[in-house]
Amino acid sequence: MDIVSRGFSGRRSAADVKLPPGQYLTTDFPVLSAGPTPHVPLDQWEFTIEDGTGVLRRWNWKSFRDLPAETFRVDLHCVTRWSKLGTSWEGVPLDTLLADLKTDASHALAHSYGDYTTNLPLSDLMKKQAWVAFRFDGKDLAPEHGGPARLLVPHLYLWKSAKWVRGITLMHQDKPGFWESLGYHNYGDPWREQRYSGE
Amino acid sequence: MWRPGTVVVLHDETATARTITLEVPDWPGHVAGQHVDVRLTATDGYSAVRSYSIASAPNTEGRVELTVERLANGEVSPYLTQEVAIGDRLELRGPIGGWFVWRTQQTEPIQLIAGGSGIVPLMAMIRSRVAAASIAPFRLLYSVREPGAVLYRDELEALSNHGQPVNLTYTYTRAVPKDWPRPPGRIDAALIATSTWPSNLVPTCYVCGPTAFVENAAGLLSDYGNSADKIRTERFGPTGDRK
Amino acid sequence: MSSHSYDYLDGNAAAGELSKIFALDVTAAEGQCAHCGATKRFAEAHLYMRGPGVVARCVVCEHVLLRLVNVRQRVFLDMSGMTYWSLDTSLLHQISR
Repeated sequence: MDIVSRGFSGRRSAADVKLPPGQYLTTDFPVLSAGPTPHVPLDQWEFTIEDGTGVLRRWNWKSFRDLPAETFRVDLHCVTRWSKLGTSWEGVPLDTLLADLKTDASHALAHSYGDYTTNLPLSDLMKKQAWVAFRFDGKDLAPEHGGPARLLVPHLYLWKSAKWVRGITLMHQDKPGFWESLGYHNYGDPWREQRYSGE
Repeated sequence: MWRPGTVVVLHDETATARTITLEVPDWPGHVAGQHVDVRLTATDGYSAVRSYSIASAPNTEGRVELTVERLANGEVSPYLTQEVAIGDRLELRGPIGGWFVWRTQQTEPIQLIAGGSGIVPLMAMIRSRVAAASIAPFRLLYSVREPGAVLYRDELEALSNHGQPVNLTYTYTRAVPKDWPRPPGRIDAALIATSTWPSNLVPTCYVCGPTAFVENAAGLLSDYGNSADKIRTERFGPTGDRK
Repeated sequence: MSSHSYDYLDGNAAAGELSKIFALDVTAAEGQCAHCGATKRFAEAHLYMRGPGVVARCVVCEHVLLRLVNVRQRVFLDMSGMTYWSLDTSLLHQISR
């Protein structure tokens, strides 16, 4: 029997905006992590696109920052139930990074400095749905929020937006990442409340 | 595994810390150093769980005391330190822990090092020692931000007077009392050398507080010659979402 | 490239969650890291709990020792990061009442 704690409501606040089911609004920017914050010197940072056979594309920080970037505003939805709306970022669209790449891969595994990985269909990285973002709220992205650069895929739960991203591996077969392999939903659409596997 | 406890006593220790005494039917008893998980549930089923060290000595009355420090951005500690009333019920899981404990059968010298609210489980150890009339010699090095932040001051005073069981050293990180011989700052090697047991006496050391505090103090104890298996640590920190 | 920010807790913090699964106290357990071979008390492991799940890491090499996720009425536990755990059978939880 659960006891209800008289007068306890937690950190939630009511929202008059439409949120995905089960989410609450936050004005903070909670920091969640599965491990230590990596500190990646910019002169060692790299982003690569690989497939099973090798590296197809590689950028260092300079060549990455030479790419055309854009500013954009998106809503973030974390599976731990907080949502943060209208966040502003600057980043390079995955469409740019994947441009003219000939591949018949169906899926991608994003991997980060540290050991974090997350998987998604390759098509979810394209058509203006995903960026490698390096500035948040007008400032360089802080390490605790994934800096120097993180993946941002706002149409899925935020665990798919891999912090400290270092590359994408193209795959012909889906392979679950860090949380997907331990009970979290393989796809993770917040609007269909796909938090856990089997829902 | 969750059992209800009823709030029977509330006592403000400082401006920001409160001790909550709970009566827990069928409480199996505990060992000094153990903690409980406390679960709060809102009417819509939303729940939050936090860990709190048991402050009271082992007893047979089924009473559990928790001393909770209010965190400015906390989700649970403001509720526990400001909203909870006598007669309210809280759900507890525990007691938990078998390593960061002091058992009354231990007779070796004990070195306690507390940072801020890290004093809570160490106070349970001190209270346990007193209740059991143990003769194990205790030293406590207690680091706080400023004098107003000291918990259990009067009780510690009584226990550290001449001839009493606990040798007590305060140290302050932000603001010191008038005429204090040492400027505010972190624990350093000099303080370890002057206030803790010589390592050749092979004390069992318990270090508790925020992670950065524990890493500093435990590292200094190790540098001083205490071996790793004689240094037990418990790190405190927020477990709700960080900002 | 490990962090020097003290944003972790230790094995004591995860003991309540693990008490749902293990009858014996885990904090005093000794575990061997499957990656680097270091054998340490679980109480000393680096614990990351502010995320979608609980992650315990080796203090020596930072590789994952253990992961735990609560999914509705189920708990998922991955201990592939440890070659073994040795637990003290005299430290039973008082859970049955």
